[in-house]
Amino acid sequence: MSFDVPEDRRYLGSHEWAHETGDVVRIGITDFAQDELGDVVFVELPDDGDALTQGDEFGIVESIKAVSDLYAPISGDVVAVNDALFDTPELVNEDPLGDGWMIEIEPNDDAELEGLLSAEEYDDQIA
Amino acid sequence: MPIQTPPLRAVHDERGAKFTAFGGWDMPVEFDSIRTEHAAVRENAGRFDVSHMGQIHVTGPDSTTLMQRLTTNDVARLEVGDAQYATITDEDGIIVDDTVVYRLPDETGDATYLFVPNAGTDEATHERWLAYRNEWDLEATVDNCTDEYAMFALQGPATPDLVDEETEGSVTELARFEAKYAEIDGIECWTARTGYTGEDGFELFVPWNEAERIWSAFDCQPCGLGARNTLRIEAGFLLAGQDFDRESNPRTPYEAGVGFTVALETEFVGRDALARISEEDLDERLVGLQLIDPGIPRHGYDITSTEGRVVGTVTSGTMSPTLERAIGLGYVPTAYAEPGTTVHVVVRGRSKKARVETMPFIDTV
Repeated sequence: MSFDVPEDRRYLGSHEWAHETGDVVRIGITDFAQDELGDVVFVELPDDGDALTQGDEFGIVESIKAVSDLYAPISGDVVAVNDALFDTPELVNEDPLGDGWMIEIEPNDDAELEGLLSAEEYDDQIA
Repeated sequence: MPIQTPPLRAVHDERGAKFTAFGGWDMPVEFDSIRTEHAAVRENAGRFDVSHMGQIHVTGPDSTTLMQRLTTNDVARLEVGDAQYATITDEDGIIVDDTVVYRLPDETGDATYLFVPNAGTDEATHERWLAYRNEWDLEATVDNCTDEYAMFALQGPATPDLVDEETEGSVTELARFEAKYAEIDGIECWTARTGYTGEDGFELFVPWNEAERIWSAFDCQPCGLGARNTLRIEAGFLLAGQDFDRESNPRTPYEAGVGFTVALETEFVGRDALARISEEDLDERLVGLQLIDPGIPRHGYDITSTEGRVVGTVTSGTMSPTLERAIGLGYVPTAYAEPGTTVHVVVRGRSKKARVETMPFIDTV
């Protein structure tokens, strides 16, 4: 089975993606991760304004069969939270790389993003 | 211990199933999605490969005595073609396993039984039967047939017609907990109107080398262990090793809510202990829980009083696909067991409001 791993973003080994758009970095979980989890039924996310350090647990995503921690790919302040996931968590399954995004961070250190896995490296990991 | 594979491992793989290790077996956990598979069983029909379940065959002049003394229910009530849910207890009345006992047609004039221990327990159960048979000097043959039979469950409101269409002779005449040998696609299968989902349906015991033929005879949603778990929680059915475990969570049938399996008028291992316990008020019992606050109860989470004192533990939990509510099972002191009682469940360090519910969570057959 092949999964969508777009080249325009960076990845964590724990299956989060980070996509830089302008001054903010949008974060979500990968197509592979949503497939592994199965039907997502609950998402817990930080509050707008929370400060995160790279590697922090910033929330959880829970499917019918499993619960999984979410890890911050980079450090920075949370500037947006995808509230739609609280009522329609299935967006994570339906569009993990788009409407199923989770938070946006204003990064503290641009170098952190560069240190994450490339699409090719992540694709190798899940192959 | 090497992992065992069901006869249709490759067939399921080809169909795109995901697998998980369960009870020492490599079993399909999900074919499409738990939600899809769960809905198919509640609304229409689903088929499960449950070949990981054990099968033990008992016959001989003392077969009834052996079965009577090692299971809590009254085996003597079984006519040929009857099935009975029972527990297997130790001397202290603690559940070792739960099982369904079938009375097969007599082979040589002696009562013949087939019973189904849980996955991974068949060898220990076989040894238990042999050891007690020898200790009591009974004349009975006990065979572990787990590797000789595949087992499939067809579950859902549409399955009586579905199974009937494929069967030589009618199976819809079978009542719940009745069974008979029936030919499906020319293969004789022990066909039982039993299941683990709360729905109408059948469980088929199929010769191992005919498994693919029988599985393929039914055109309905394949379902994995994931949906089997959500379905059984909604129905309030116990999962061995989770809702009871002789070592980590020792429980009597009374505590576990299956006191109806205990026939105290019979003699069985654990009978005297259970007779004493039954006369006392229970300290704890299994209850249904529904989370009121957002979150999902999971195995091992603490149950607390409204004051924050730990009073119990969640043993099973899920987001119910049918009810779209977070539900679970857990043991609490009887003072907290009344439906409607407010308790809390500690979900990953956060206290979430919950309510004790009447089980089963859904209407079952």
